[in-house]
Amino acid sequence: MSDALENAKSMSIIVTKGTLDWAYPPFILGTTAAAMGVNVSMFFTFYGLTLLKKDLDLKISTLGNPAMQMPMMGMHMAMPNVVSMIPGVDRAATTMMKNLIKKKGVASIEDLREAAVESDIEMIACQMTMDLFEFEKGEMIDGIKLGGAATYMENALKSDINLYI
Amino acid sequence: MADVTVDAKGLNCPLPILRAKKALKDVPAGGTMEVLATDPGSAADFEAFCRTTGNTLVENSVDDGVYRYLIKNTA
Repeated sequence: MSDALENAKSMSIIVTKGTLDWAYPPFILGTTAAAMGVNVSMFFTFYGLTLLKKDLDLKISTLGNPAMQMPMMGMHMAMPNVVSMIPGVDRAATTMMKNLIKKKGVASIEDLREAAVESDIEMIACQMTMDLFEFEKGEMIDGIKLGGAATYMENALKSDINLYI
Repeated sequence: MADVTVDAKGLNCPLPILRAKKALKDVPAGGTMEVLATDPGSAADFEAFCRTTGNTLVENSVDDGVYRYLIKNTA
């Protein structure tokens, strides 16, 4: 904590997406920033809120990711949006991604989230989204706060970096 | 000999940095930490980490795909 005070820089991240692939950027940047002495606050809203659930079951969607290319047998397999309609494709893509993550020594989201908790990153769940999607605080990991737009704005106004992911 | 050695071989971004930061807590002021990694991106990242946190990157070498960083706790 001492270097956090010395550096006195801060960052806020709005986390809006809850798929396996989109869960990475906010947690990678958040945990790394914290390791570099930055005070980090993450605001989880809409589909990003699911990243705070105790039981994570993250999946990939090929829909809306037309540039996705999965390495396969020395080639790259494109994932055009139309294949998303085929039953089982998203599940297969998720399995492929999880295998790649393991094989390449990439951290799991569970590990990164644990690192985020350990490094005292402030995690705020959007109260409105909790109500909208009928989530209970008990379903979420311990140590989070509940808040709304004003809570985020107060953080953002005093932060050096504000990201929306 | 470094005070602490972190084996981050086989780990990808941002794990080498996170493991190093965690281990740095056990390094006395002025002491050194050795980090071993295989992630090629770690070369730029450890330089940036040290510049930002005020620690000293004493040594930065690569041998047969293994990157070795010697970091002095000067923060």
